[in-house]
This record gives sequence, C-alpha cells and structure tokens, in this order.
Amino acid sequence: MKLELHRLKVRRLAWGSRTAFDKGLLSIDRSALTDLLAKDGRFRSVTLDLALPGESVRIIPVKDVIEPRCKLDGPGEVFPGFIGDVETVGEGATLVLEGAAVVTCGAIVGFQEGIIDMSGPGADYTPFSKTCNLVVTFEPVDGLEKHEYEAACRMAGFRAARYLADSVRDVAAETIDTVQWPPLSEAMTAHPGLPKVAYLYMLQSQGLLHDTYLYGVDVKRILPTLVSPTEVMDGAVVSGNCVSACDKNSTYAHQNNPVIAALLARHGREINFVGCIVTNENVTLADKKRSSAAAVKLARMLGVEGLVISEEGFGNPDADLIMNCRRAEAAGIRTVLITDEFAGSDGASQSLADAAPEATAVVSVGNANARVVLPPMERVIGFPREANVIAGGFDGSMRDDGSIEVELQAITGATNELGFSRLSAVTV
Amino acid sequence: MTYRVVHYINQFFAGIGGEEQAGQKPLLKEGIVGPGQALAAEFGDKATIVATVVCGDGYFAENMDEATETIIGLIASCKADAVIAGPAFNAGRYGTACGAVCTAVKDRLAIPALTAMYPENPGVDLFRKETIIVETADSARGLRKAVPPMASILLKLLEGRELGLPAEEGYLPQGLRKNLFRAEPGAERAASMLVKKLRGEPFETEYPMPVFDRVPPAPALKDLKGARIALVTSGGIVPKGNPDHIEASSASRYGEYDISGVSDLTSADYATAHGGYDPTYADGDADRVLPVDVLREMEREGIFAKLHDLFYTTVGNGTPVAMAARFGREIAVKLREAAVDAVILTST
Amino acid sequence: MVKEIERAGFPVVHMCTIIPISQTVGANRIVPTIAIPHPFGDPTKSPEEEKALRRALVEKGLKALQTEITEQTVFND
Repeated sequence: MKLELHRLKVRRLAWGSRTAFDKGLLSIDRSALTDLLAKDGRFRSVTLDLALPGESVRIIPVKDVIEPRCKLDGPGEVFPGFIGDVETVGEGATLVLEGAAVVTCGAIVGFQEGIIDMSGPGADYTPFSKTCNLVVTFEPVDGLEKHEYEAACRMAGFRAARYLADSVRDVAAETIDTVQWPPLSEAMTAHPGLPKVAYLYMLQSQGLLHDTYLYGVDVKRILPTLVSPTEVMDGAVVSGNCVSACDKNSTYAHQNNPVIAALLARHGREINFVGCIVTNENVTLADKKRSSAAAVKLARMLGVEGLVISEEGFGNPDADLIMNCRRAEAAGIRTVLITDEFAGSDGASQSLADAAPEATAVVSVGNANARVVLPPMERVIGFPREANVIAGGFDGSMRDDGSIEVELQAITGATNELGFSRLSAVTV
Repeated sequence: MTYRVVHYINQFFAGIGGEEQAGQKPLLKEGIVGPGQALAAEFGDKATIVATVVCGDGYFAENMDEATETIIGLIASCKADAVIAGPAFNAGRYGTACGAVCTAVKDRLAIPALTAMYPENPGVDLFRKETIIVETADSARGLRKAVPPMASILLKLLEGRELGLPAEEGYLPQGLRKNLFRAEPGAERAASMLVKKLRGEPFETEYPMPVFDRVPPAPALKDLKGARIALVTSGGIVPKGNPDHIEASSASRYGEYDISGVSDLTSADYATAHGGYDPTYADGDADRVLPVDVLREMEREGIFAKLHDLFYTTVGNGTPVAMAARFGREIAVKLREAAVDAVILTST
Repeated sequence: MVKEIERAGFPVVHMCTIIPISQTVGANRIVPTIAIPHPFGDPTKSPEEEKALRRALVEKGLKALQTEITEQTVFND
C-alpha cells in the first residue's frame, strides 16, 4: 500500500465568498458550509465561528476535533463508513489541510465535553490552541435523544472537514509525504537484524456514548484486527466519544497518530515496524479477556519482539491495559505502555486503577487531576456555564469574573494517551 | 528583608548532654546554638536564626502532644517566618521529633518548615508526605554537606519560589505526582523506551508501579436471619437531581440517602451521577446498579432481618484512592453506629 | 472504600464486573457481576428475567458474606 499525503499549510482562516486556499490563508464560505450542515434535520441551529492561535477565545463544550482531509486519488473517501462508502482506504493520495481543524461543539452529555483556550495558561495544555480552528456549534431540535445528537454532531464534523479539503482540491500541494506499506510477506523478511515491533492501539468502546468506530463499525463489536498506518491516516478510525476530554482520542489525534509517526520514524533504522493491532475496551470481563487474548495472539502471529500499547480513557480501561501488558510479557513480548494518571489534585493518590509488576516501562502523559485556573477570555464560543458540570470541573468552577478553575481532565487533549504532547508527571 | 528563622534541635546537639539528658523539657535559647552556626553562615544576610528551641528526644517521644504544644508556643512567641529542624541524621527519636515539629508548624502556624535526615531514619516514612526532608548521611559527619541544600530550599520556600525535582534540590521524594513538560512528546518517549528495552539498555519508567496494601478478611457473617445489611456503591446512584452535587468524576464527596419505605429504585426518583459509563441503563432502572428491589423482597421474606435505612454512594470515576479511602473510613464509623452487620458494595 | 470498611471489621462483599481491578486493589470477597453500566441487570432481557438474574446475584453475594475465607476469594458460583 502506498499513500501520498499532499499537504497545504494553513496559517490563517477568514470568511470569504467562496472556500479557497491562497498562500496559507484558508477562506471559508460561511453560508455554503452552514447550509450543508443544516441539511441534517436533527439540528435546530448550526453556528460557525473562527478561533485562531493567540486569540483571547475559549471554546466550550468541545466534542471532537477533526483535521480537514479528502481523497485526491485512490479508492474510497476519508472517514470510510461515514462519508462515501466503506471501501478500504490508505492508498493513492490524500489532501491534508495541515494546521487547520474543525472543532465540534455541543452540550451532548454535559459533563463529557471539553475546553479549548486559544491563549493563556490553558492553551499550554491543549494541542488545539496551536491549530486554526473552524468551530461548529450545534443546538439540537427539541427532544432529540442524546445518542442521536452525538451521531449528528459526529457526522457534521466529518462533513465539514471533508468539505474544507474538497473545496481546495485543485490547489497544488506544498509538500508531499509518501508512506509505503509493504505486504506482510515482505515485511517479515525486511530489515534483518532489527527487532520486529507492532503497535497495540486500544480504543474506547464502553457504551453508546463512549465509542470509537473503525470503518463505521462500533469497535465494541470487533475482535482485534490488523490495520496499516495509512488506513489510520485516511480516517479509518474515528471518535464517537463522550468521555473525559483530557484523554479521549479526538479524530484529529487518530488521523495524526503520534505513536504511528514515532514508530515509522524509527522504521528501518532501529526497528522493523510491522503493523497496528486495533483492539477495544469493553464492559464485561469476558469481553476484556477475549480481546486481550486475541490482540496478543495477533502480535505473536506477527512474531514481534516489542509492542507499544496506548490506552484510551482511565479507570476500568486500566484493567485492559494491564491485562494486555501481562499477556504480552508472558508471551515474551517486551512492552511499553502509554497512560495518564489520576493521582488526586495533590498528586498523593495512586495513579491507576490496576497495576502489575510486569509493567516496567510506562510513559506517563500527566496527572489529569491537577488543577489549573483559566482566566476570563474576551470571547467565548459555545456554552460557558457547562464548566460547572464538565468532568474535571466541580460545583462552582465558573467564577463571577468569568475565570474557571478546573482539573486538566476538562481540557481537550491535555493528557492524550497517544502521546501527543510533552506533558508528563514525576514523583517529588 | 531578612527572614526570622527558628531552629529546632535535641539536647545532644544543644550541648546539654547525651541519653542521660533525654528527658529535657522544651526550652527556648536566644540566637544560635550548635549546628545553627553552619546554617547561619549559609543563610548569609538573607535569614537570621533568631532563636533555638531545644527538647530532649526522650521527653518528646513520651509526651508528644504536650511537647508539640509547648514547642509551637515557643516558636510563635519568636514571630518566626520559618522553622528549620535538625539535621537528625540516623537518630530515630530525633528524626521523629523533627518531622512532627515541622508538620505542626506547617499546619498550625502556616509558615514554611523543613528538616533533614538519613533516608532510613524512621522519621522519613512517618513524615515525608507532610514535610520536606533533606537527605543527609547517617551521622553528624555529614553536616557540612547537608547545610547548603537545607538553606537553599528554606529560602526558596520563604520566597514562594517553586522547588525543583528532589534529586536536583537534595530532598527526599514526598511521593507526590507532579506534572511537568518533558523535552519530547509522549509517543516519541514511548518509542525510544521500547528500543532501549529491546536492546537491553537501561531505561527509566515514568511511573513505577504501586504496591497496594492488603487487609485481612473480616470474619464471615454468622447469623444472616438476624443481620442488618447495608448498601454502599461507587456507581453514583443518587436521588434524581443529584442534591449533593457529587461530581461526575474525581468525586470529593459521598452521599447518604434514606431508602426506608423504598421498595424499588424507579427512573422517576433515582439516576446516576457517574461520568465514566453510559448512564442509559442506570438511569432507566437504578436497581441495575444498586439492587434495592430484590433486597427489599428478601427482607420481606425474612431471609435477613433488615436492609439498612441509609445507603452510601459516590462516583468511583477518576476519584483518587486516598479520597475513596477517606469515604470508606467515614462510612465505616456511621455503619458501626447503626449496628450494621455486613455490607454489599457495588461498583460499575 | 471496600478495604477501609473491611478494616473496620465488617464483612464486605465487592460486587463488580472488572474483577482484576478489585483483585489488584485488594477486596477480599468478590462476586462478579454482569457489565459495567449494568452490574445487576441485562437490558436485553425482560424486566422479570432481569429481576431474577439480580436476585441470583444478590443471593450469591449473601452467600459470600457468610463464607469464612483466609485470603482473597472470587465467588464464581
């Protein structure tokens, strides 16, 4: 499989009479995009706003973040199973509007959405203070059931992201990255002397509002399976998640999965990266055991010596993480785990719900219980009062002067467990 | 400005005497005594040791509350800005006294305090979470090396500056997890760590696995027919509207609700406050998380004597273990007062 | 919570779905339940069947409370 990523670097967003790209400026036809999204009868209103790095802007409550991409060439369309067909993606050419993001905003569950500050102390913790954001805020029609509301927001985010890229598809790319993914028969014998390594990619799948989709399939219904990195880059894995904002994997984080990038960067030099094993985090013990057993079986079938395992979420998924680690280590496969911590606001408590002596190599992406005060912003996009009920906010989070005291838990992507940012924790 | 520091030492370092003088009651001496000389030199003009409080190790160990009370009074009378205790090196009772004094100073006078001792001093395990303890050698020969970090950390605390990592500053880790930004993103660190692990090269985990403590099993319930059973849950079941505002995640409180006369948790009256699982099923019928309906039925059938009138509930979602342990202790006291015999604890 | 209540001397049965966590944390009497969002229910069944299922689980819990143990025990049946 060979995928070319055609990149245009977006440095600014502005409203325009038509959607176009010129020297870093992405102009957006506001009414055309509003009309496209408002076709979904489940919305009472659809509002578009722009939020740029460094501005005094707060976005709340954030549901998902998506990078604008579309297929230029090759089978299928980005976000297969949702846009276009369910054709296998990951080949041909894909246009990427790097530096731009679609941020979807709506009070679906209330306590499971997040905050993005474009400047100030909160901006240090979210990756999406550095992207040029098109914010889409939705209000549902009266009485819309929340699972339907989530599905509608999810679809609208993909439509908007695809619309932006598709509208500028004729602009020649500034840079082109090529990822070549060989068939297994070649991969197995490539790079003799380098250890074979795979990525065990854990996805949240705990219930109708805690879900992730693979080619449109709710991953709680899959057995662990193999995907190529190029499929992930084309949006084969997308978020349908309403869990704590800090460590749910946004669709953007899947599209730009940094574990895949880090393994590809070492491929052929230090390791032989042979595949991504997608697995889930389900709600019954039998499901957890079945998935863990099957995922490690795939790793053994690939004959890998090492696995990077990334968790999504916290609490009972810690049990999946530890189970995957123990099974792999028992099979002689060396593991490195990526997780965040819930050690209390003072950092004095135990960080994980489960533990095992086999977990000797852990990357911590930070303590999500640590608190931060977010000063007032000149402009707030969305529904600021949600801060009081967001997970990681608490009663009285919203102060009279418009500042908010929250745990990092409430900040979108603050402790992303794909290892997106530099945040970590140490024992002092 | 020059900060006013009070130094705490034992009878030995005050030159009063050895074990035979360990019964010395707390007393205040003007200015610098014994090891205070080295500290004062290190402070320069930034801080002055205005007084030294001396107490015998034996007296402190045998009269901890009273001694602490007296010592706090003496320190308060000096209008101190900070307290420095020890170093205690490997002297167990001295280390314990230093830790206790620093902790009391911090709690009651709300001024900075620190001490210093050998890592194996029993005072370390007792007080490392409460107070900063600078690492020293096991005997007074290590004084010269202990003084610079003691002085520099105390000045940082006085000036409200943030402390660096334990190894950089010279204090013993307090066991608190603290956030920082590392040079590389997490995914890069993970890939590098895996390469090292595969090559058998040394690497450092960023989160050493905890060791959970164990409690011996309580004796079994002997007489079910006569038993009073209580329900406790971490599944967040609350009266609809969540009257006590239990947080969806990282709960800081638990609720206590009366279910006397309630034979079924209906969707009209009960729901979940838990933010970590799909609430559809619990909101539809809270008995799916807290089985009140069948327990009531069994109570009527006389299988056990009584379902306790109150149930206890919190949200076990990202809630720190230390917080949950506190809830558990408080709930246990209430259950004891209510003469409960056994507990069913449900979790989601 | 479960450990602190037990430390105070009460027999406690921890009824939960994710047994490994309960085992790691250190509960002593553990009874497995159905699923995280509905430990004592199964929404695919009729209300009567669900209640019967719930009753069976609670009976298992009461039995665990009446069983002397010397170490952590998972009551599977």
